[in-house]
Amino acid sequence: MIGDPGMIVLFTVVLPVIGACGVLLLRNRPNAREAATLVTGGVTFFHVLALLKLVRAGERPRFDMLEVVPDVWLAFEVEPLGMVFALVAGFLWPITSLYAIGYMRGHHEENQTRFFFFFAIAIAGAMGVAFSANLFTLFVFYEFLTFCTVPLVTHHQSEEAKKSGRIYLGILLTTSVGLQLVAIIWTWVLAGRLDFVDGGILAGTASTGVLGTILVLYVYGVGKAALMPFHRWLPAAMVAPTPVSALLHAVAVVKAGVFTVLKISVYVFGLDLLSTLATADWLAWAAAMTIILGSLVAIKQDNLKARLAYSTISQLSYIVLGAMLANEWGIIGGGMHIAMHAFGKITLFFAAGAIMVAAHEKKISRMHGLGRTMPITFGAFFVGSLSIIGLPPAGGSWSKWFLGMGTLEAGQVGLLCVLMLSSLLGLYYLLEVPVKAFFFPPLEDAHHNEGIKEAPLPSLIAMCVTATATVVLFFWPGLFHELMSMVVAGGGS
Amino acid sequence: MTALGLFNYWAVIVLMMVGFYTLIARDNLVKKLIGLNIFQTSVIMMYVSFGRVTGGTAPILFLADHGEAAGDHAVEATDHAVATVDHAAEGAEAVAGPGEAAADVAHAAMEATQATVEAAGFTAYSNPLPHVLMLTAIVVGVATLALGLSLVVRINEAYGTIEEDEINAMDLGL
Amino acid sequence: MSENLPALLIVVPLLLAPVAALIGRASVAWAIATFSAWWCFGVSIALLQRVRAEGVIYYALGGWAAPTGIEYRIDLVSAFVAVIVTTIGAVSVLYARQSIAKEISEDRIALFYTAFILSMTGLLGISITGDVFNVFVFLEVSSLSAYSMIALGQDRRALTAAFQYLIMGSIGATFYVIGIGLLYVMTGTLGMEDLAVRIPEVLADGQGTRTIAVAFTFLTVGITLKLALFPLHLWLPNAYTYAPSAVTGFMASTATKVSVYVMLRFFFTIFGAEFSFGQMHLNRVLMPLALVAILAMSLVAIYQTNVKRMLAFSSVAQIGYMILGISFGSVLGVTAGIIHLFNHALMKGALFMAMGCIMYRVGSVRIEKMQGLGKVMPWTMAAFVGGGLSLIGVPLTVGFVSKWYLVQAALEQGQWPVAAVVMIGSLMALIYIWKVVEVAYFQQPDPDHQIKEAPLGMLIPTWILVVASFWFGIDASTTADVATRAAETLLGVMP
Repeated sequence: MIGDPGMIVLFTVVLPVIGACGVLLLRNRPNAREAATLVTGGVTFFHVLALLKLVRAGERPRFDMLEVVPDVWLAFEVEPLGMVFALVAGFLWPITSLYAIGYMRGHHEENQTRFFFFFAIAIAGAMGVAFSANLFTLFVFYEFLTFCTVPLVTHHQSEEAKKSGRIYLGILLTTSVGLQLVAIIWTWVLAGRLDFVDGGILAGTASTGVLGTILVLYVYGVGKAALMPFHRWLPAAMVAPTPVSALLHAVAVVKAGVFTVLKISVYVFGLDLLSTLATADWLAWAAAMTIILGSLVAIKQDNLKARLAYSTISQLSYIVLGAMLANEWGIIGGGMHIAMHAFGKITLFFAAGAIMVAAHEKKISRMHGLGRTMPITFGAFFVGSLSIIGLPPAGGSWSKWFLGMGTLEAGQVGLLCVLMLSSLLGLYYLLEVPVKAFFFPPLEDAHHNEGIKEAPLPSLIAMCVTATATVVLFFWPGLFHELMSMVVAGGGS
Repeated sequence: MTALGLFNYWAVIVLMMVGFYTLIARDNLVKKLIGLNIFQTSVIMMYVSFGRVTGGTAPILFLADHGEAAGDHAVEATDHAVATVDHAAEGAEAVAGPGEAAADVAHAAMEATQATVEAAGFTAYSNPLPHVLMLTAIVVGVATLALGLSLVVRINEAYGTIEEDEINAMDLGL
Repeated sequence: MSENLPALLIVVPLLLAPVAALIGRASVAWAIATFSAWWCFGVSIALLQRVRAEGVIYYALGGWAAPTGIEYRIDLVSAFVAVIVTTIGAVSVLYARQSIAKEISEDRIALFYTAFILSMTGLLGISITGDVFNVFVFLEVSSLSAYSMIALGQDRRALTAAFQYLIMGSIGATFYVIGIGLLYVMTGTLGMEDLAVRIPEVLADGQGTRTIAVAFTFLTVGITLKLALFPLHLWLPNAYTYAPSAVTGFMASTATKVSVYVMLRFFFTIFGAEFSFGQMHLNRVLMPLALVAILAMSLVAIYQTNVKRMLAFSSVAQIGYMILGISFGSVLGVTAGIIHLFNHALMKGALFMAMGCIMYRVGSVRIEKMQGLGKVMPWTMAAFVGGGLSLIGVPLTVGFVSKWYLVQAALEQGQWPVAAVVMIGSLMALIYIWKVVEVAYFQQPDPDHQIKEAPLGMLIPTWILVVASFWFGIDASTTADVATRAAETLLGVMP
């Protein structure tokens, strides 16, 4: 549907909703229903690519929807940072749907229609966040994303799911309503506008003390970025089926969080202003603390998904750190990490889910020797781990490199050490898994299958695609680097 | 105005307090309603007291027959008023027209009465408006009392008592 | 006819009410009530359009000019409030057909609709009149009919609730009468515009300042009692909980709103903002009470096991929001208060109607009886969630629009803690709505009782309000415009 750029933007956000309705209508025919999801995913990604072409040419497609309250519009505008997020979400949605088909059927999950329905709606929410033209639209879709992921997190409707739902909703809404919304309205009062503009809108509107406070409200108000102490919802959300954890808590929800932090840093504050705020430094160190503490807690987790959750918390703070460094390297590194981490982490979660479906194991201590029966899965896990740790030949090494450069440019050698330390910790807590799987003999009481028994085929394919992608991104990081450079060129110094 | 001269208002205050106290302090529902009624009555008395104008007579139009001059005066004034009405009727005027004309008539009538009143030796009429307002208020009070009492009857049927503390105890036990 | 629209707004339903009572058949009475409600709805919209185009409408009843005669004075606020009342009335009466048929015995239904029409008429009369004593008359008309309607509830506690409301409401009305009596003594007039001119004259004189201040106080207490501002809210929870469902839906959205309107009229139009806020320091009284209302009442709501009672306490908290907006005394604050009148009417109307649907099918509104309703009554629970999202203040709902203006008003005056309280209130709303969601969606339905979805006749009006609460949250430009202009009129100089 090539046409007016504004319409392409609108379609990209609306198509997943249409797909969701399709899922609902086809609820009694599972194969057709799954096809609907995949087709919609494909078409949506096609639109994302069309937008990519426009953005790389320097355009910023825009679509103004409606004026909600006088002077406050619901509007979309695609700029390079949003493009990065949209590319990641747009590509990984059909992949994860493929994975989910295998997983949900292999695991004999109930209420699959409801699952795929809200899955699609959540992607619409993520697209809305990615393409928001102003703080109001961002907030609308941010909250929308929170609410439409609740049925996914609490899918199993067990007591545990109920409790997790409470924590999830509680933390995310408390931070967004209590902190973020206050910051948004304060911005409105100070600047008289809420648009995202290159160079920011808050420069010169108030004292650095006031602006510093607003920054703190924003960064902590974005609960989805899981900055400690508002991180507890992430491990709680692991009660969800693994495809949910994979897509939402490695890609859509958490990335929406750090994306918001980046976007606000670049387009509301502007890098010039940000570098003058003392609280930006404090927040950078808060992010550093989260990085280290997250990694340390991860080491102690025996449940694989829990370990991955804490790893995610740690990795998200990389991006927050990049944003708070307030220099070009930091922003580029942070933005690229959105992509690198997404592909790496999703591979890890896919593997965790595959292990659960095929071998019925959740705890790492019981995965000894499982590599013999599931070589591809653990191989993919290994590749994904490299990306998270930041080693070549995985894409994560690039983002780490840029972030490291960013810390040096800001003169914060301590933060560089933090990054290095976290890689070391990651080496330990991530590589432990494939090492135990491949090199340790199986436990006596573990009833492992003889011969190769991998996860269902769709899941396997999805996992291999993402693992390959992490390697590909090592060799061809150009696209994301280009987009992020455009971001800093426009919004930076 | 001496304290004794303000007797009406003292009565109002006393009644108001008595009524209000009964309303709050008594548990029996009928007594509450009686308290409410006393409270409302005190307000009625207050308004009526407001209406009294010093040296004023009852607000009934007084057409004296001593002093033809007074009577002629009155006739003249009334003729004048009628002429005004005619004028108004002739012109094609808006809705406000009749209102204006009515005001004119009223004005003229006032002048007329003033003339006759002065002729009779009174200096003013007491204000009838508060009385009018209080007629309304009395009706409202009666309606409220009637509704309240019928509710009490129903409560008695449902609970078997009209003491509020017993009713609360029964409700809490539910 | 269009000349006489203001009068027709009151006269037509007033004449139709006794007809409904005399005919006495339930369905006919309902038809008459529907006709009156929709008639009033149409007329109030027409009046709103006229006021937006032409400015204030003056209508002298019977041709007697003010201030001697009673005059209807319809400005933007009045018309807006009238629209709110008639909208809710029109939707409620459709809803009431099946709801009331199940909750009230057949022989009383005609009387119920008579009371309904009278209550609506009374509320409309209050909004459009320009004479303060006329306000009292209509206030009592609407209140007395409201007491009767509440008393028709099924539970016997409806009777005591109605009695308590009667006592407290009459005290409030009597205080109001004392207040206007004192004003009359000092100024000699009962017309609102006239009072607005004469009160400053009396104050400038220096003679009657104490009387005016006392009058102000009596009026404040009387009005706040009627609008259930903490701590004079004690009648509200019981009245809302035990009244028939349709009555709660109607009253929760109208009666207190009209009382807020009366407050606006007195404090801004009649006494003027300088006197009310400058000399009498109204904000120092109202703001703390409003803040306590928001926090304390939301807290109490969380602990309720009867969901209607929970929503009733939530209503008291929401009234706190409205009064908070007004207490700022600024254009933004009063706009926030006025826009919340409309928004809250929509959200609470939807929520109480959803509860009515549950009452219809389940026979109880206790939270433990609502288990698994998300499965068996999906549309009803979805409506509840929709209204709940509005209460929390999720963007794209009306609740968000109110919060937007309210927090702006607070930040504009540098009142941090107030903005924080507003947000905390939202979060507390999240807690009690989530409690219901958990029971409805996370538990299994009771296998012994087969529960069906609510009938369409009740679902459709509920959903009309839910959709409206999203519609006016997505496109708030009309309501925001009307509210802002109304606030400006109120705070500006009297024409």
